[in-house]
Amino acid sequence: MNAKQMDIRRYPGLGPYTVFFFAFLYVPILVVIAYAFNSNKLVTVWDGFSTEWFGKVFADEELRQTAKNSLIVAVCATIVSTSVATLAAVSIATWGRRTRGLATGLLAAPLFVPEIISAVATLSFFALLKVDRNLRTVILAHIVFCIPFAFLPVRARLASLDHRWFEAAVDLGARRATVLRRITIPLLGPGILSGALLAFVISLDDFLITFFVSGPDSETLPVYIFGMIKNGITPKVNAVSTMLVLVSTVLVILSFAVSRIQRRNT
Amino acid sequence: MTTEPATTEPATTGPATTMPATTMPATTTYGKPPGSISRWAAVPALLIVAVFLGAPLVIIFLYSFLNRGKLGVGVNWSFSWVPYRSFLFREDFRGNLEFASSNLRILWYSTWLAGVTTALCLVLAVPAALWISQRPARQRNALVLAITIPFWTNVLVRTYAWILILSDSGLANRILRGTGLRKEPLTLLYTSFATQIGLVYTFLPFMVLPVYAALERFDVRLAEAAFDLGARRRTVIRRVILPTIKPGLIAGSILVFVPALGSFLQPDLLGGGKRMMMSNLIQQQFGASRNYPFGAALAFIIFAIVLVVLVIASLATRKRAVQLELL
Repeated sequence: MNAKQMDIRRYPGLGPYTVFFFAFLYVPILVVIAYAFNSNKLVTVWDGFSTEWFGKVFADEELRQTAKNSLIVAVCATIVSTSVATLAAVSIATWGRRTRGLATGLLAAPLFVPEIISAVATLSFFALLKVDRNLRTVILAHIVFCIPFAFLPVRARLASLDHRWFEAAVDLGARRATVLRRITIPLLGPGILSGALLAFVISLDDFLITFFVSGPDSETLPVYIFGMIKNGITPKVNAVSTMLVLVSTVLVILSFAVSRIQRRNT
Repeated sequence: MTTEPATTEPATTGPATTMPATTMPATTTYGKPPGSISRWAAVPALLIVAVFLGAPLVIIFLYSFLNRGKLGVGVNWSFSWVPYRSFLFREDFRGNLEFASSNLRILWYSTWLAGVTTALCLVLAVPAALWISQRPARQRNALVLAITIPFWTNVLVRTYAWILILSDSGLANRILRGTGLRKEPLTLLYTSFATQIGLVYTFLPFMVLPVYAALERFDVRLAEAAFDLGARRRTVIRRVILPTIKPGLIAGSILVFVPALGSFLQPDLLGGGKRMMMSNLIQQQFGASRNYPFGAALAFIIFAIVLVVLVIASLATRKRAVQLELL
């Protein structure tokens, strides 16, 4: 391990630079969190510690409703995208090389289409079919862009598994269903879980696509926050933003822990 | 399911290795990848992407060759070049075409901002990624997590944070005044500078992660050998490190350039909507202006640029896999 490390003293500025780098990444987020605890009504004037804005966030009926929408959308999109993506990953593994490549490309495609294009395309699609924009259309749109995030970790996990596990099971007389239940799914578990967590965070965070496909009653939290910011910044925006940061941080740490466990087990 | 004689017979035939071949399940996965489910199980996912992304893309592609609907609502199903033509030419009331550069300027502004963002992210990310890659394993994991957290933090929140920093009464001006550097507030917010800094901030993690992944695989003995042979620090970076991590640099550049080109929030919230990027113009067409065909044409102009960039990148790396490997 140590032999693989370069003597970093050859580049003396790197360490201090990296400190600056992380400061750049974190200071803006910390500023939002700090101002969320500011008692002054004026957002950027510090006036002492207070948690009243969090109370105001919880008391805000509309905020609660949009947060509920966000949660419903994220849960539904995560369940559906994770299920279909897992099935697809396991199934595609038996396909021929070329069809497998095509299918993988299609399932990863939502990553490569700029978000604004998916947004207006989905909007036009629903408009053409005269579908009302409601929570269901938002969920459908979210399922699409969550699929790559649920699919790629499972695919990567599948590729890293030792085929002998499966061959041993078959040799010992296990049926296909048993192999699936006792071998494939437990071994894929961490991949599925980290995919699901990522899908959840991605869904919860999405602004642009939801902005286009949501109707007045199906706004999600980011879309509502965008409106709040446009109408003039209040400390409530800081408080609700802080809560969003907290949720995604917890989820990312979870996802990270899961993938660490997975790596240790292989 | 096929019936398996082995399960109905008493297990007295000895160890599994001596079982005759006929007792093996008919659908053995021997030699095949571990897919123990039907090959049709992939259909739902493929169908969802094809129907809810593929079909919509086809629809707006068609829209981009149609006329505007009557009264400005929807589209009129008759072929027309007008959406693409109106990107460059304006029609005056007598029907004469006149070159108009405003849309072209928006395209140029978007491409320029996305390009500068990519360059700045490269410059900012490489040294940090290099330092992280040379830490012991435990620290490396923690540092990668520290980059991943902002990566997954809501973009809206991360963009909004800069309003708090850059506004007239914001943190930056407060510090400037506090240190006595300036008495009057410096106008930072609602400028191209604000948009630019917001873009760099948003997309920096997208650059660091692939660059770091490439550096982690980098065999440092190559650098040590170069040092032993008398190469200077700058030469080692330029001739050894950068060329070997080129796929990571290219992958990171794609991950930054493509979404930066389609940015909506940063020019809107930080630029104050004063100078539009392509996404703002597209949003306007699908919103207030209700000109779907023109909006669709604009979307495909961006799409074309993205495709060109992807093709150039895949030629440069000659490894299509790199694009998918990142996640």
